[in-house]
Amino acid sequence: MLKINDLHASVEDKAILRGINLEVKPGEVHAIMGPNGSGKSTLASVIAGKEEYEVDKGEILLEGEDIDELAAEERAHKGVFLSFQYPVEIPGVSVTNFMKTAINETRKAKGLDDMPAKDMLKLIREKSELLEIDRKFLSRSLNEGFSGGEKKRNEIFQMAMLEPKLAILDETDSGLDIDALRIVANGVNKLKSKDNAVIVITHYQRLLDYIVPDFVHVLYDGRIVKSGTKELAHELEEKGYDWIKEEVNA
Amino acid sequence: MDLKDKLVSSFMAFENTVDVDAAVHDVRSEALKSFEDKGFPSKRDEAWKYTSLNSVLKHDYSVFPKQENALEYSDVKKYFIHDIDSYKIVFIDGKYSSHLSQTTHDGIDVCLMSSALSKPKYQLIIENYFNKAATKDGLSSLNTAFSQEGAYVHIPKNKIVEKPIQIIHFSTGNESALMLQPRNLIVVDENSHVQIMERHQSLTDNPVLTNSVTEIFTNKRAIVDYYKLQNDKPTASLIDHTFIKQKRESHASVHTFSFGGQLTRNNLNFYQEGERIDSTLKGVTIIGEKQHVDHNTLVHHIEPNCESHQDYKGIFSDKSTGVFNGKVVVDKIAQKTNAFQANNNILLSDKASINTKPQLEIFADDVKCSHGCTIGQLDDSAMFYMRSRGIPEKEAKALLMFAFSNNVLDSVKIPEIKQRITKIIATKLGVDIGFDL
Repeated sequence: MLKINDLHASVEDKAILRGINLEVKPGEVHAIMGPNGSGKSTLASVIAGKEEYEVDKGEILLEGEDIDELAAEERAHKGVFLSFQYPVEIPGVSVTNFMKTAINETRKAKGLDDMPAKDMLKLIREKSELLEIDRKFLSRSLNEGFSGGEKKRNEIFQMAMLEPKLAILDETDSGLDIDALRIVANGVNKLKSKDNAVIVITHYQRLLDYIVPDFVHVLYDGRIVKSGTKELAHELEEKGYDWIKEEVNA
Repeated sequence: MDLKDKLVSSFMAFENTVDVDAAVHDVRSEALKSFEDKGFPSKRDEAWKYTSLNSVLKHDYSVFPKQENALEYSDVKKYFIHDIDSYKIVFIDGKYSSHLSQTTHDGIDVCLMSSALSKPKYQLIIENYFNKAATKDGLSSLNTAFSQEGAYVHIPKNKIVEKPIQIIHFSTGNESALMLQPRNLIVVDENSHVQIMERHQSLTDNPVLTNSVTEIFTNKRAIVDYYKLQNDKPTASLIDHTFIKQKRESHASVHTFSFGGQLTRNNLNFYQEGERIDSTLKGVTIIGEKQHVDHNTLVHHIEPNCESHQDYKGIFSDKSTGVFNGKVVVDKIAQKTNAFQANNNILLSDKASINTKPQLEIFADDVKCSHGCTIGQLDDSAMFYMRSRGIPEKEAKALLMFAFSNNVLDSVKIPEIKQRITKIIATKLGVDIGFDL
């Protein structure tokens, strides 16, 4: 599904990723953990195609295709989805209209006609129920005045609507109370299949109790310095990151 | 001969061609003197600091065309809001087109300025209202001197006019360069309500300069909603002067949508002559190339307990330039005034510019007045967010621009006008967003 080889990336000439290697196969859930400033969000943004980041070296292959030259929307059309740590408020565009535009533009890119209105409504109803989202919520301006939890739930709702092959959840657990966390995790779990993959970026082990990873990677100083199974996440929760730093620096 | 001399020396000939009522003749002659004294404004005038008329005054305009031209409805239908029933007052090269118009005298008067200025039955209204709101600046005076044709609307008291009124001026390009001086008078009596849409449309690339004056009087508890749709050819320029005098408890709103034309100057003056008046001035400007749009507004709060709401949005690309000069005057006795003003702008290119200047003159001490101007670019993080959902760059930009204009679009009360404007914006941005906002 996703193969990253020796990826180096920088923003404004400041190197942030310094040689990432990662392989994610269909059906797998990978967790990426690490201390603040280690490059977790940068990795997510680089995969999704944020233009401010410069790829200096290495490659990102999605189903064997190098996606480095593709615009963010083209990556989205190929099935990459990023759940934002800080979803952007867009006043004046309703959640429903935003989703309609996103879905129909994706269909257009694939040479398909617009989704018929009644199918769209059905899909919206189905997916909003999955995320326990109220109808009224969908006619509100995108993310405007949403609580932290509502924003994150809305991100996963969008993921459910777009059915990506590769979903990257960037700190989706931050700002969530336990009920919202359960709803969001439940949504993600229901969307999981043998054909898609999920990368969960998180600080804390908490979310991984709900979305159970097959692999856990520790990112530090722009590199993956340790990989393991879900037990590694427990260890990090218990011991913090200092021992990893020491190991690396030694 | 420069344009000023040409206009002044044409005046006698003009007076001879029109049916002259003695009182109107005096007003016109006096206005001509005022124009002779003041002439066209230049950048030395404070109010014209950022807008130069040089490029539009250089043409050899035909100043009062005599030739009658005809147009087929099917050829110009697209310039009308045609999906609703409406009254229409249509002019072609400054001459009334009865063929395209739909006027009425059934309980209300929706007809021609030329009739109103010459027929005895309108004399009282003309005496009371004609040229009673317009200022005596050079350009307004010029219009007054040559005032002859335009829309005349009189709504007697207690009438809700169901059908909107469309005032449309076409120019056909039969003259190599044409100057027009349309003059509208709108009088809305107690408790009445009317909605009006105005448009100026050139049909060829020959230069057109329109110097338009509209006087609107909203009497006690009257409601007037006025929409100006400016989407003209790049060779057409418009200098619009709209003066609104409001009596107590009346509501007046003017929405100005500026999407085209070479140079557009909107002078919009509101005078609140009573208590509990509400005035709304809103606009969306989206221009590119070397277009220029200048909004010059004045709200004069003369009496206590009134409100005014100004909200202007501008999006400028290429080498386009914008001006917003919003003046609010609150007289000493106008206590408890609420006056709000906002002007937000997005510059899409390094070569585009906007000059924005709020001017507040507040002489009362118990008022709420606010103003805010912003100038920015499209939000990069919002762009990435939308694109990461599969919305291509162009569409994402368009969506953000719609979102930016939404406050103003939202307060348009006629859905067909809102739809039309949405469509014009989408066409301008080259997108099909596939839903109604």
